[in-house]
Amino acid sequence: MGIEIKCFATLAGLEPENAADYPVSEGETVNSLLAKIGIPAEEVAIIFINSVRSFADSPVRDGDRVGLFPAVGGG
Amino acid sequence: MPRILRINTRTKEYTFEEPGQYAKLGGRALTSRVINKEVPANCHPLSAENKLVFASGLLGGSTAANSGRLSVGTKSPLTGTIKESNSGGLFAHKLPKMDILAIILEDKPAPEDEFSTLFISGDKVEFRNCADIMGMDNYPAHDKLMQTYGDKMIAGMIGPAGETLRTTATIQFTDPYKRPARSAGRGGVGAVMGSKKIKAIILDADTNEKVAAVDADAFKDSRSRWVDILRNHPVTSQGLPGFGTAILVNIINEAGALPTKNFRYGQCDHAADISGEKIAETIQARQGKTTEGCHVGCVIQCSQQYNNAAGEYVTSGFEYETVWAFGANALIQDIDDIAHLDRLCDEKGIDTIEIGNAIAVAMDGGVIPWGDGKAAIELVKKIGTADPMGMIIGNGVGFCGRAFGVERLPLVKNQSMPAYDPRAVKGVGVTYATTPMGADHTAGYGVCQNVLGVGGNVDGLKKEGNIELSKNLQVATAAIDSMGLCLFVAFAVLDAADGVQIMADLVQSWTGQAFSTDDLVNLGVNCLKDELDFNARAGFTAADDRLPRFFDTDPLPPHNVTWGITAEELQGAKV
Repeated sequence: MGIEIKCFATLAGLEPENAADYPVSEGETVNSLLAKIGIPAEEVAIIFINSVRSFADSPVRDGDRVGLFPAVGGG
Repeated sequence: MPRILRINTRTKEYTFEEPGQYAKLGGRALTSRVINKEVPANCHPLSAENKLVFASGLLGGSTAANSGRLSVGTKSPLTGTIKESNSGGLFAHKLPKMDILAIILEDKPAPEDEFSTLFISGDKVEFRNCADIMGMDNYPAHDKLMQTYGDKMIAGMIGPAGETLRTTATIQFTDPYKRPARSAGRGGVGAVMGSKKIKAIILDADTNEKVAAVDADAFKDSRSRWVDILRNHPVTSQGLPGFGTAILVNIINEAGALPTKNFRYGQCDHAADISGEKIAETIQARQGKTTEGCHVGCVIQCSQQYNNAAGEYVTSGFEYETVWAFGANALIQDIDDIAHLDRLCDEKGIDTIEIGNAIAVAMDGGVIPWGDGKAAIELVKKIGTADPMGMIIGNGVGFCGRAFGVERLPLVKNQSMPAYDPRAVKGVGVTYATTPMGADHTAGYGVCQNVLGVGGNVDGLKKEGNIELSKNLQVATAAIDSMGLCLFVAFAVLDAADGVQIMADLVQSWTGQAFSTDDLVNLGVNCLKDELDFNARAGFTAADDRLPRFFDTDPLPPHNVTWGITAEELQGAKV
């Protein structure tokens, strides 16, 4: 069992092929995950893990859903 | 110095006055001061005693980027509170070029009198017969006005909803593409214009006086840094122009804060189908436009032109709030149905947020099935006619709730909530509760810090920090609205160390009057004080600052959070 990764807006093209079931290692963080997938960390402005606002050093564990966004606004 | 134009809609007399006690005010600070000073707080909003004020901001008429927003002020027939409804379009930058700071409509004609169009040209105001466009939808009526007054005329007009005094009625303004697609949307300001029997205000293209900065060199320097600030922030330079405001659908859904099925859930299964990404893709495939500005001088360009499958124009200013209200809150999945509804709202002249929520309440009451876009279209088409169902829907969520026996009504001061569930985005929830406007996200957009990571981070799921956050944002917003700036500049200003100073420098160099950052803050504070003072005299108390009970009793999935902030605590968010 892995994690689900969703990349939005300008990051959509960087979503890995196995995004629905992406393997994670022991001690994985958002930062290490981005490096593994090849998403430049500076392009990721907003991170959710299981719908909770998270940050670059937040841990990622099996079964998590990770949502990645560039800087966005509106309203 | 630009003058105040007062027009008596009963006697058809008018005067151009020196600004006097209203000098040094602009935009929302000006409209709210006029309403607070001149309108009896307990008057009926549709009575002769109410007034309707149109004002440019302090930077109106200038070439500062994104400074062409208009404030429309009145006592709201929807909320009973003071109201400032803010719009893009060409009207705000035009007024100073006619040597006008603000237009105030007063009194009201006799019941048997006909509607008029006001034609303002030079120093003359004419009441003209408008029988040829009465009852007509806004787009065709706007085309007819362009035939009569020339295609460079600038209009502020009401549709059938305003003519029939519906409390969701907007005033629509001419945009840069000769369409009445920009809207003073909230609070039923169009009904007040309808009560005064003014179908449209036309600003003559031929009156075009030169305006210039008093301190031209300083203005040029500040203007150039101002553009850098807006062009260097990723939200105002990439996110908004790339995907429009509907870029928020996916992120607010991911955050578990997208109100779904009349505020039951925080996530919507078909969010991807109504997302900004999907809309941008559809627009591109149909040769529409993914970016355009709502007023001259906009460098953010968050608007767009959405076409149908045949490549024909359907709508513009297709906003996140509209897409959310019909798409997630009323569960309509077909983005073409939602675009059609957006156009219909502009045609009838009705607020997309209030009507989208009213449709959700109609679905909750079993009037039409959940998610039925075609049935929603048929209901909205009735607004502005003598059909009783159109009268009910056109009066908004509170009225629909009573008519249809629905208890779940997401209201504050009878204005329905926009696209962020207050249980999961508490920063904006505090604003819904405490702004003098009724539930309004634009009055203090805590979504920035709660969700978007702009201007810092404050947890939106917890109470801590959100009352102070909302208070500070409400002050800043009132100042931005008073300068005539687009609220979206705040995304960039919040992250730029010199942002507030540059805004103050722009005002000082444009007007030639000393204007510090303290003056800027006080402009916002005093504007809010006027508004709160009016509301207090109209009978509003701390008890009116509560959210509906169901936000305290019903946990919102997926975070299963409730509201949990008392009316007493909320008073800390008021100036």
